[in-house]
Amino acid sequence: MAQVPLASFCQARSGDKGNTVNVAVFAPDDRHYRVLCDQLTAERVKAHFAGWVQGAVERYRADNLWALNFVCREALNGGGSRSIRLDNLGKCFASNILRVTVEIPDQAGDE
Amino acid sequence: MAKPSVRVGAAQGFYGDSLDAALATARRGDIDYLSFDALSELTLAILAKDRAKNPAAGYTKDFVPAMRQLLPLARQHGFKILTNAGGINPEAAQAAAVEVAAALGLSGLRIAVVTGDDVRGRLEEWARAGWLGGDLETGRNFGDIPPDILFANVYLGSEPLVAALAQGADLVISGRTTDSAQFMAPLLYEFGWAPDDWDRLAQGVLMGHLLECSAQSTGGNFSGAWWTVPDLDRVGYPVAVCRQDGSFVLTKTPGTGGLVSRDTVKEQMLYEIHDPARYLTPDVVADFTAARLHDAGPDQVEVSGAAGHVRPATLKLVVGYPDGYMGQALVGYAWPDALLKAEAAEAIVRRQLARRGWEYDEIHTDYLGWNSLHGPAAPRPPENINEIYLRMSVRARTAEQAARFGRLFPPLALDGPPGMGGTAGMMPPRQLLGMWSGLIARELVDPFVRVRIEEVD
Repeated sequence: MAQVPLASFCQARSGDKGNTVNVAVFAPDDRHYRVLCDQLTAERVKAHFAGWVQGAVERYRADNLWALNFVCREALNGGGSRSIRLDNLGKCFASNILRVTVEIPDQAGDE
Repeated sequence: MAKPSVRVGAAQGFYGDSLDAALATARRGDIDYLSFDALSELTLAILAKDRAKNPAAGYTKDFVPAMRQLLPLARQHGFKILTNAGGINPEAAQAAAVEVAAALGLSGLRIAVVTGDDVRGRLEEWARAGWLGGDLETGRNFGDIPPDILFANVYLGSEPLVAALAQGADLVISGRTTDSAQFMAPLLYEFGWAPDDWDRLAQGVLMGHLLECSAQSTGGNFSGAWWTVPDLDRVGYPVAVCRQDGSFVLTKTPGTGGLVSRDTVKEQMLYEIHDPARYLTPDVVADFTAARLHDAGPDQVEVSGAAGHVRPATLKLVVGYPDGYMGQALVGYAWPDALLKAEAAEAIVRRQLARRGWEYDEIHTDYLGWNSLHGPAAPRPPENINEIYLRMSVRARTAEQAARFGRLFPPLALDGPPGMGGTAGMMPPRQLLGMWSGLIARELVDPFVRVRIEEVD
């Protein structure tokens, strides 16, 4: 089993509300979605954004979309209108999370 | 009898969005309604600054040019327009729209304005009565924010917009409404949905949510195979074909670019959402995890199944206040040792700040080409990288303190490491705005919400 970046099989979109950023990660199918559910924990995401996300990270499931939604608190240097960062609206958190790697188990029946 | 289907087109996802797609939809979209979402959290602050300079300003500056082009098309093709471009001064926007419509000879056109979202005048009373609690994010007491407030607005739902349509409005102008309100109000009006028909309202909110950010559901900002999305130079904005039962087909205007597929639509479904099973809006608490998306043909996605729960007893209130200034500067360094040179320049600036005794609440450094967008998660680039831009920003108390920071940079061209270029001139200080957001009981707001219609002579 190799470590595979989310960028190779996931979609993601992020946006802001106040000083909170939400990052949604979408798997292409149920098999990959289960990998995300197992490995892409709120703790993993919090650790990935260390230095930029100061607050808690909550994870929500959207099974109907094979998607996980991460709500990152104190993530935006005070919020879009207060931030002195260049990505003041948090749009690039989505591509950033796609750097995270996971292990994809071999499919049952694969040789 | 209600129409079998109602077609709602998206015109704008934010203040400054292109009008091209709205014009294409107005001409060829066969729509019944054209809806704008012109406001973001940041927009109200921008409009509040405009109003501070000129009491007749405070609505979006692109509103009048847009109406000049769209109102004749609305009459010709028989659609109505809803927009929250009224911003912080919707009544002035109404007056401007009446003037434009009269100049275009559109007599009989009915232009409605919705007011009551602007609650600046009532904050003191609410604070005294103890009705303003802590900030939703930080718990900070309302009494602890600075007194010089720029704006204070409550997010209104679709009810007053429906009332305006029921009074025969052809154009409905509002201020701070929730993003989806302009899009779903036509459905309540046309289909006569009850205000407690929660599941249908949830579908209405979902439709509005998928339309409110323009091309973000039709192939724009698409993180999948983005290079396969055709013709983004003339991207179409979404059009929803909505049915009485709440289900709808999301599509776009024929002949436009972009892509409507399950993959482009699902990204927008969770955009700026927290708990997708409990999306709070003034109209309904929507459960998007119950919704189903499926590809129903080229550029057509069928959406159904969102569930709704009773609407919140409170409305969201956002108060904006000045919170210092950002100063910033940008300079580029060329190969060889581009990053090492940029780092040396940063060190020089920091030593000069210390020697001058210039203090800032925060000093932030970015290296464009390395970490300006991904921050600490971005790996350090190879030493032979062709170029790196140093960008530094500071959080200052005053505009002058912010402005003088940038003046440390031009001398680096002669006094600092070699190979500096790409300076784009001094960047003016930017005012920063703090936001306090809380909840306020509906009963304190609803009685003050008004709809007023003017008919063009």
